[in-house]
Parts: sequence; C-alpha cells; structure tokens
Amino acid sequence: MPGKAPAKMAISTTINGQNYDFLCEPRQSLLEVLRDSLQLTGAKEGCNNGNCGACTVLLDGEPVNSCIVLAVEVQGRELTTIEGIANRGELHPIQQCFLEGAALQCGICTPGFIVAAKALLDKKPNPSEEEIRFALAGNLCRCTGYDKIVRSVQAASERIQAGSTPKQNPQPNQTNQQQAQQQQ
Amino acid sequence: MQAFTYHAPRSVNEAVELLASTDGKSVLLAGGTDVLVQLRENLRHADHVIDIKQIPELTQLKTTADGGLSLGSAVTCSQLLHSEPAAPYVALLDAAQIIGGWQIQSRATIGGNLCNSSPAADSVPALLALGAEVEYATPTGTQTCCVSEFCTGPGKNVMNGQGLLVSLKLLPLGPTSGSAYERFIPRYEMDIAVASAGAYIELADDGTIATARIALGAVGPKAILATQPADALIGQTPSDELIEDVARQAATLATPINDMRGTIEFRQQLTYVLVKRTLHTALLRAAGQVVSHHPR
Repeated sequence: MPGKAPAKMAISTTINGQNYDFLCEPRQSLLEVLRDSLQLTGAKEGCNNGNCGACTVLLDGEPVNSCIVLAVEVQGRELTTIEGIANRGELHPIQQCFLEGAALQCGICTPGFIVAAKALLDKKPNPSEEEIRFALAGNLCRCTGYDKIVRSVQAASERIQAGSTPKQNPQPNQTNQQQAQQQQ
Repeated sequence: MQAFTYHAPRSVNEAVELLASTDGKSVLLAGGTDVLVQLRENLRHADHVIDIKQIPELTQLKTTADGGLSLGSAVTCSQLLHSEPAAPYVALLDAAQIIGGWQIQSRATIGGNLCNSSPAADSVPALLALGAEVEYATPTGTQTCCVSEFCTGPGKNVMNGQGLLVSLKLLPLGPTSGSAYERFIPRYEMDIAVASAGAYIELADDGTIATARIALGAVGPKAILATQPADALIGQTPSDELIEDVARQAATLATPINDMRGTIEFRQQLTYVLVKRTLHTALLRAAGQVVSHHPR
C-alpha cells in the first residue's frame, strides 16, 4: 500500500443507549468496527456490498446496511443493533415470534431481519402483508424462504398491538421442532 | 477497503476547494451505496473521501419561489419519500421507493443516483419527465444545465470528476397534471431496470394535453428524453389510440444493448409497454386518482 495509513479518528456515538468512544481508520466500515473493535458481533457480514441486509442496524432509527456506512460517519449519531432489541434479557416480541414461528434456519440473516422488522413496526404497528414484504425486501434469506418470516412479523405485530408482554418459552427448541414438523 | 483520508467540509466552497486541491485523487461521498462498494471492490481509487452530508444546504428539500421543487444533492430517498413539498412529484417518488430496499433508501441520494450516471438509474427518467435542472459547483463557479445534458455516457457526466452537484430544481407542476415512473425487472423488488420509462402530462382546461414529457431508461448509453413522441401528444385529447401510437414512436428511439438481462428486441418491446403504462398512469393521476404500485 503506498504512503502511510491516514491517522485514526476518534468517534463518539450512542449504541443501544450507551455512549461509545472508539478510534477507527476512515476506511473501516461501521460493520467492521461494531464486530471487530466493539465486540458487537450480532450484525452479520453477508455480501459486504449492501445487497443482503444481514448487517442491518438502525442509524437514528432508520435501517441501514452497516457494511456500506463508514464508521467515521456515525459521529454524534444514535445506533441500535440487534444487541439492543431485547430488554434486559427479555426477548422483544419480534424475537419471540421468530423463535416460536421457526422463522430461521441457519440464522445468519436473522439479526438483520429482526432489526428491519423492528424499524417497520416502530413506524407502522399494523402493516399489511404487502407492506411487510416490501419493507423487508432489502433482507435476503437463503434457507427458509420468506413465509415464516413474514408470518412471524405479523404475529409480533398482533402481539405488540394486544399489548401483551412476551412469554418466555421454557423449551424453545422442542417447540421449534414440533412446529417445523407440523408445518411440513 | 483501501486507506484514504476522510473530510467532512461544512460548505460548498470548502468542498470544491478540497476537490481541486486533491488533484483528481478524491471522491465525493453522499449516501455511499455506490461509491463505498466501488472503493471496496477496487473499481475506483481515492486518496481522499469528501463527505458532503455535513453541508447544510445540500440536505435541504424545499419549494422554490416559483412553486417548483429544490432538492439538495445529499437528500436521501427516505427523506424525499416523507417530505411534504416533494409529495406532488409522484414520478420521482415512484423511483425513490424502488431504488434498492429500505436500507439503501435510508442512505442513497437522488443526487448520487444522477452522479453515478448509470444508464439504468431509476431516478433519471423521472427527473427528465419532471423537467429538472442541475446546479453544480466547480472551482470556476456555479454552472447549470438541463438534466438531459448532464449524463454523457455510462458512468460519465459533464462534471468529469471536477464538480460538486449542489441541487436539482424541478419545474412547477401544472394544476391538472400527473407523472409516473415504471421499470421492468424480472423480480418484484431489489433489481436493476431492464428497461424503464417516465412520463409527465399536464392537461389544459378543455381536457387536451398542454404539456408532455416522456423519458426512457436503460435502453441507451444514457436516459433518453423522447421529445418528438411527447410533442405528438400536445393539443390532443387523450385516447387509448393516441397513447398506443406515441408509445410505439417512443420505442423506436430506444437503442438498447443485448445482455444477460434482456435482448434488444425485448427491451424495445418493454419500452413500448412501459411508455404506454406510464402515460396511462400519469393521465389517471392528472385526473386526481391515486395510483400506487407499491406501499408507501
């Protein structure tokens, strides 16, 4: 590489309600810094070019692909990552419904889907199926297809609307298998 | 990604000076959805990245004194989709809501889409149909040009890497007018146009067509303003036969390439169909009907 690397920059930001100060090179993506420097490894690297949505985080409430945001661009901004979706160990209704609805297989795309679905339900608590599919068009799943994902977002929407607190499932794995068998 | 120095100037002058002083080794960053991918994949090299989002005037979206719309070059698709002054410019909204998915729309800018100068850029036929003027700053001063003269070929535009797009000015809309943009892709979302069309229609009090603009995308090295076919609409009473005839004329202006996404013949046929559809939609919208192809 020609010349010396440009100096690292000091960045202050809020992630999941907590203040973070970090040093990064200008060339580093937000995703790289989240995963490699801040140990927030929930956002996944899929395509690394803005197509798959596995690295979705909320930047001032709007979903973005963190692989095509420079870390230096988040100075003074507010971020929410998948780590900030559950509330003190209690799963968010979207997470709970993904679990109950078996809306994942390998799981790589799941954090991105959940963060994007959260952005949707925060804006539009009762979306139509078409609105859900349209809002999640930037998230790709290569395992399950999209039906279980869409159904789980619909279920989460109903649960949030009903105002019920999410119930912790004592045996999520068993339930998943049972549901998967029922659906086959 | 290759190493570079990051700059976030606060004014257009500062940005233009940086651009000039870095001697062609810099790149402007707005939404980054094209530029950051190009840098990472070594399709472009830059020693300096100049982020323009901290320049207040570039993020402004407002109605102009003459009743048109002024769109700063760093205005994102999301910002546009939720802005009141932009709401009547339906063709541009049609385009903004199908540029990538939500994650892309949160970042991608209409200005960036234009500067990337892809022949398949979704916003460009909409801008052509809406009669946009481009204002850009260079070291020697501010220049303006019609959006139809801005792109000069695939990935190329009149600024030639030496200018900064400041704003897009869209003409005031007629009291009885409608516009539309549509593209064809083999799937429902998240793809690049195989062919596309934009249309604007303004009706006179007697119901005849007073103003018409038609634009074609992805069927030439740059988007095409189909002036002659659009002029054939002027003074006429809208009818299916008239639209059919004009759409056929417009399709003859398409000069597409053969590639894996479509043959020449297929793209010409698509152009005919899309011009017909966008003219119909623009007329319905001029009549006050809400026509929506996607949830907004």
